[in-house]
Amino acid sequence: METSIFGFIARYSWRQQLLILVLSVLLLPLNYLSYELPKQIVNRALGTDSAPHYLGYTMSRLDLLWVLCGLFLAVVLISGLLKYIVNVYAGVVAERMLRRLRYQLFSHMLRFPLTHYRRVSQGELVQMINAETEAFGGFVGEAVSTPGLQAGTLLTSLVFMFVQDWTLGLAAVALYPLQIWLIPKLQRQVNLLGKERVRQVRRNAEKISEVAAGARDIRANGATAYERARFSEQLGAVFWIRFDIYKKKFLIKFLNNFIAQLGPFFFYAIGGYFVLRGEMTIGALTAVVAAQKDITAPWRELLTYYQNLYDVKIKYEQVVTQFMPPGLKDERLQTEEPEVIPSLTGELRASGVTLHDETGEILLENVSFVCQLPSHIALLGPAGSGKEEVTLLLAGLVEPTAGRITVGGMELHTLPEAVLGRRIGYVGNPTTIFSGTIEDNLLYGLKYRPQRPRAGAEDALERWERERREAEASGNSLHDPLADWVDYAAAGIAGPEERIGNLVRILELVRLDGDVYGLGLRSAIPPGAHEELKRGLLEARRAMQQRLAGSEQLSRLVELFDPERYNSNASLAENLLFGSPVGQVFDPDDIADQRYVRETLERTGLLDDLLQVGVRLAQTMIELFADLPPDHEYFRQFSFIAPEDLPTYRALLTRVDGSRLDRLSREDQRLLLAPTFRLIPARHRLGLFTPELMAKVLEARRYFREHLPPQHAASIAFFDPERYNEAITIQENVIFGKIAYGQAQAPQKIARLITEIVDQLGLRGGIMTVGLGSPCGIGGGRLSLPQRQKLGLARALLKRPDILILHDPLGPLDLNEQAEIRGRVLAECAGRTVIWALQHPEWAEAFEQVIELEGGRVVRFGPSGGKPAPAAKLVAAS
Amino acid sequence: MTLQQDVDVLRKVPIFAKIEPAKLKLLAFTSEHLEFMPGDALCRQGEPGDAAYIVLEGEADVLVQTERGPMKVAHLGRHDIVGEIAILCDVPRTATVVATTRLVALRVSKDGFFNLVTQFPQVAIEVMHELASRLLQTTTRLTEVSARLRELEAAEH
Repeated sequence: METSIFGFIARYSWRQQLLILVLSVLLLPLNYLSYELPKQIVNRALGTDSAPHYLGYTMSRLDLLWVLCGLFLAVVLISGLLKYIVNVYAGVVAERMLRRLRYQLFSHMLRFPLTHYRRVSQGELVQMINAETEAFGGFVGEAVSTPGLQAGTLLTSLVFMFVQDWTLGLAAVALYPLQIWLIPKLQRQVNLLGKERVRQVRRNAEKISEVAAGARDIRANGATAYERARFSEQLGAVFWIRFDIYKKKFLIKFLNNFIAQLGPFFFYAIGGYFVLRGEMTIGALTAVVAAQKDITAPWRELLTYYQNLYDVKIKYEQVVTQFMPPGLKDERLQTEEPEVIPSLTGELRASGVTLHDETGEILLENVSFVCQLPSHIALLGPAGSGKEEVTLLLAGLVEPTAGRITVGGMELHTLPEAVLGRRIGYVGNPTTIFSGTIEDNLLYGLKYRPQRPRAGAEDALERWERERREAEASGNSLHDPLADWVDYAAAGIAGPEERIGNLVRILELVRLDGDVYGLGLRSAIPPGAHEELKRGLLEARRAMQQRLAGSEQLSRLVELFDPERYNSNASLAENLLFGSPVGQVFDPDDIADQRYVRETLERTGLLDDLLQVGVRLAQTMIELFADLPPDHEYFRQFSFIAPEDLPTYRALLTRVDGSRLDRLSREDQRLLLAPTFRLIPARHRLGLFTPELMAKVLEARRYFREHLPPQHAASIAFFDPERYNEAITIQENVIFGKIAYGQAQAPQKIARLITEIVDQLGLRGGIMTVGLGSPCGIGGGRLSLPQRQKLGLARALLKRPDILILHDPLGPLDLNEQAEIRGRVLAECAGRTVIWALQHPEWAEAFEQVIELEGGRVVRFGPSGGKPAPAAKLVAAS
Repeated sequence: MTLQQDVDVLRKVPIFAKIEPAKLKLLAFTSEHLEFMPGDALCRQGEPGDAAYIVLEGEADVLVQTERGPMKVAHLGRHDIVGEIAILCDVPRTATVVATTRLVALRVSKDGFFNLVTQFPQVAIEVMHELASRLLQTTTRLTEVSARLRELEAAEH
């Protein structure tokens, strides 16, 4: 990567820069004409000249006026268009260079030695790649054109002046040496401050990302005030630096202006003196002053450019040097794609492997062993014994400080990623889960290079072609991210259609299938997807209803959605809408104030009844909760009214006494309706809903559906017994009702029943497919820690690596499950190599060989259970 | 069943008898009203205890797992309270309780139960009363059993 900003600009954009300069130069005469022509119009066409000549032609005044005005219009138009072209083009060039810079930084980041990530914070990296490069982008467009243009103008004016009168020229530039000497001196101080500011802002970024990542522990320690104070101090540091910058920067500006004005001062003072003495004509003096004015503007532009340049230069250099740490991985190892991908079998030999950390601390010392692969090897040793480092070295992820690790004669860390990524699987603790679906994460280990072009019609490929050309112009990646990257063959999968079966098998192996199935059950299927499954699920719904109807005991567990009946296990809101809200319009929390809902209540005469219920509900709540302290747990769990709202409701009830409810203000009515909409008769057992009222709600339900305004049609998915509802989950679609309150273990019993029906109808695979498509959240946040670890293990198993290296990936699981999965993984990897760093020595029995470490040295090596070979002998052997 | 009916039933349960109706209403409102079918378990031995049950209607058997299979140690009926031991001393359930008829119970969660005991000393005393009488029962039976054991041992010699 270019360490100098000019090197970078020259190397990647000199042609474009020249073109911008040429176009800018072309603009000069046009600009001149656009100033000159109006003068010509006044002087020639409207002037006193009796027979106007123009460019050798003689014409009438009126004709000349038209010609000149026409010319003026043409010049303005052409110069405007040319300016537009130059601006857009300069913008494009700048953005391409910015894109190239960011891409190169990102690319370098991917090549950092793993230990370097411990030294740079995420916040800093984000700040550098995103924010600090931005100024560079703004600068690139004018990097050559501004100095070229302004220096050109300046030189032309100066030459012109010198030709006319060399003393005048000399006088005009007399103070330039002073400026050229003084300004950089001051600028250097500003530059240093600028550097300091960049560093401080980075520290802020680091702090912010630390706080965001550690929010839980900050609050658990009650340290928010401390963190505020610390951040405030950092912001203060930026302030003081900026304050100094402003003082110096504007001092420079002041000096610049002052020196620029010194010129006229001297001209007037000294020139005036000579004029008064009669040694100089007044015409000569005005000529000098005018000439001085002409050169001031470009000179000032050049000085501003100089300041700007230094600002950007600092930022560039500070960013780029941060992305060139020692030990940067060779780029070719990441980009090259060898013809043949060798298998990693044969002899695994570690000879004299030593590893130091960045402070020189010894992590591993003279580790040597030889064994034949494939084999199942257990790594033992207490925490800090060097176990983890050995796994990283064996995975080729870390380069040894001294010594060699070879497999089949090939030195591991010199192998390209194309080989290591395919042949070695590595799962650490914790493992990283990427945002995307579970399936994306499982297949992540098979995405080495695009395998098949992106699917879709002709225009999809055309779109990509356009993208690709632009990426090429900025030196970015030429691989299509939307192509199918999955190398199914590497996982032994025949093709995309067969993948689900294989994925499910791996999920079963790591015992994640139940979780994924559960996720599928709790997912909604978007319109247009999995249509066949939806038909199957409708059948499951019918089977469910038959099963429920067939047993008195089961039928108590669910209250089905019936368009003609009030569902006493559902809230009033759900009963009225009789559908699932899509988006915000019918959000249950704000439904009391929704216009169309209000209209429905008013038209069907339900409003008054519900207000009555609201009054009684409020009375009951006040009666039940009035004596509790406001911070009592029950408010959150059970009350319809928040403790701080109790006084509002109490006041409201006094207003209600004796007055007609329909005369209440709209806000009072909303206060009464909001909790009423959340009432579930079977759960709250307050006896506020009479059969007559429920009948009225059913009537309102019909009205609501029949008169629903077309603009709200997409805001609600009505419950229709004959149709699959895409706004609710698979499970809710099968149950198609509410699980009854007050029935012991109803959710568990219904879950068992669903599983039974799903298996009978053969829908499990389809639901698993939906589950595989459910998102993992940022950093896998929607999955639990054990789920994430299992997913990471499944990802590594799926690619069937020659060598599977595991650093205690199952740590967060309970011991029984760990043992079971460990057994299954070893069975799955029979005939291939597994190197597993274990917590407990007794677990090593299932392995063929054991390496035990202590304090960074091998203390035992040999067949598991057999007599261990002494370490000393081993070193001698190698 | 409405809240008011629950309150009426609760007032007949000895340990709640002396609590004012408004408080009972809050208890009923914050407790879950659960219906069990014959054969359903209210709780299972060894599982963590998170709630106590007050039987409002129906009957249940209290079973303890022994080497020779489950053994019935008690029978519960209307207004009996069960499951409070696991809540009070944070141990797993000491027995399995299975409904023998259709059974309706009020499920008082751990938090709800502590709230009740701390707010109403009367309830605490009643719970103590109940536990003491069970202890007495257990001690009496233990004495009987050890006496019988000694007899058997003497007979063998």
